[in-house]
Amino acid sequence: MGLKSNLHNLKEKYKGTKMAPAFNAIHTFLYLPNETTHGGTHIKAADDLKRTMNIVIMALVPCLIFGIFNAGYQHYAAIDAAAGLTREASLFANFLTWDNFVVGAWTVLPLVIVSYGVGLIVEFIFAVIKGHEVEEGYLVTGMLVPLIVPVDIPLWMLSVAVIFGVVIGKEVFGGTGMNILNPALTIRAFLFFAYPTWMSGDKVWVHEAVERAGTADAISGETLLGAYAQNSSLAGIDYMDMFFGFIPGSVGETSKLLIILGALFLIFSKVGSWRIIVSTLIGALTMGLIFNGVVSAEWIGESSKFYGLMNVPFWQHLIIGSILFGAVYMATDPVTASQTNKGKWIYGFLIGFISIMIRVFNPAYPEGVFLAILLMNVFAPTIDHYVIQGNVKRRMKRLKVKTA
Amino acid sequence: MGLLSKKDAKLITDPLADNNPITIQVLGICSALAITAELKASLVMGIAVMFVLGIGNVVISLMRNIIPSKIRIIVQLIVVAALVIIVDQVLKAFAYELSKTLSVFVGLIITNCIIMGRFEAFALANKPWRSFLDGIGNALGYALILLIVGFFRELLGSGTLFGIPVLGDPIEKTGVYSLGYENNGFMLMPPMALIIVGLIIWVQRSRNKALIED
Repeated sequence: MGLKSNLHNLKEKYKGTKMAPAFNAIHTFLYLPNETTHGGTHIKAADDLKRTMNIVIMALVPCLIFGIFNAGYQHYAAIDAAAGLTREASLFANFLTWDNFVVGAWTVLPLVIVSYGVGLIVEFIFAVIKGHEVEEGYLVTGMLVPLIVPVDIPLWMLSVAVIFGVVIGKEVFGGTGMNILNPALTIRAFLFFAYPTWMSGDKVWVHEAVERAGTADAISGETLLGAYAQNSSLAGIDYMDMFFGFIPGSVGETSKLLIILGALFLIFSKVGSWRIIVSTLIGALTMGLIFNGVVSAEWIGESSKFYGLMNVPFWQHLIIGSILFGAVYMATDPVTASQTNKGKWIYGFLIGFISIMIRVFNPAYPEGVFLAILLMNVFAPTIDHYVIQGNVKRRMKRLKVKTA
Repeated sequence: MGLLSKKDAKLITDPLADNNPITIQVLGICSALAITAELKASLVMGIAVMFVLGIGNVVISLMRNIIPSKIRIIVQLIVVAALVIIVDQVLKAFAYELSKTLSVFVGLIITNCIIMGRFEAFALANKPWRSFLDGIGNALGYALILLIVGFFRELLGSGTLFGIPVLGDPIEKTGVYSLGYENNGFMLMPPMALIIVGLIIWVQRSRNKALIED
């Protein structure tokens, strides 16, 4: 007897008992169920929830792998920098190396394991209590979470945040498909407000920087936004590094190139909405242009604390920070985004617009993307409501003209 | 309870759980969110509301037959305002630091919906003794939730209870802090109080299905 029939027998044995959902979840995760549907109309479609989730995960894997190498690279780069050596990033010479991979895997993989382990335990407990099947929703969330936190976040903080995010962000509303807020961003928001010292500053983005602080081997690495917010100059970082992602930042969001590839994959497979992605970028560019206009109109001088970020050329806002990652993987979450096509344009535009606004105006929150997306998550149903009402009104008018 | 008849005792015990002013009627949320970052402030707020609601209910109940119903809200407001001023002055005289922590929220007891709600719903139609018990009961229910929320927020947010460190010293890294534990800054913010109140409501309603409305 193979594993499949074993699992199948277990499933039959526990049918109707309290633990049934837990066994069913393992069974259907690994294999196609033996049952077929009987009677009624059958709709054949290849895009069930599990497949949708798997496509998003596939789009995220390159970011994760890059994040692993980048964690190692930033670690050694910071050590070099502390020793006074300059280092030119090059893909094969000093990026895709075994040393980088070992350091990166050692720091990043525990994040992935904790995120999935804790999150799935919470999901299983809720499935057993509520007596429904385990839902696939956490598969994507569990992958997103390690990508949007700093490399050296303590694992217990991550597990507390995951429990909070899954319970408050999702289960209280009724589980996958019913949540108002994006659970991954709820987790990040929790971490950000609960443990701000671990989510910002110039230590947490580089492996071992926190432990080495204050010693002779001290190293540091600041994110670009952190540097801009303090009006420091950004000598030594060129745009290609930003684009390819050889910069400090949250684990998976640094490489813009891979995010763009992931976005194309999501759009091509019709899992992610291109309307949301495009409108978010338009929103961000609009806000960037407005700020550039303010600077060139000289309404604001170099002494202003907003000058550093306002003076950033508008297109650069897309390659610093994580607006691209948020637009592609977070804003497009089909559950929490607007559902109507017109609503998606408004929703995305406002996310981009507000992200850059928070980024510039609030130096305490150097990355406003997650706050902007959470805010618009809350308003998404309202946007949909008005879009639908507008549509209803227009058609009523048309009807009246016809009958009159 | 030998002291109280069964019916009277219910006036005290009912608001503690199945008819709690915060978790069931969802009144008085504003102050519950604002001042519960410390247990001490929660306790003082609970006592202050108990004083105002207990005495206020008696006063309103005594006057219930002579208040013209058209101006009853104004009369109620004057009674609350008078009592709140007493509380405020007492706090300023004997616990100045605490009154600074509570700041405007002592004054805002006047607008606490629980108080006006009990005046309207109970004191205007019942005798003074029963009104007094009702006031004390509801204030106890209010204070109970405040203390639960305050307990979690202060313990997890600052690592202290009533200002006494119980988890060790976060700067010297003693106690649990030596294991790498850190205080949860989110706990000190009002949104977390809302979430804790929500969790209490969730637990309470899943234990007693009769409370679920719809």
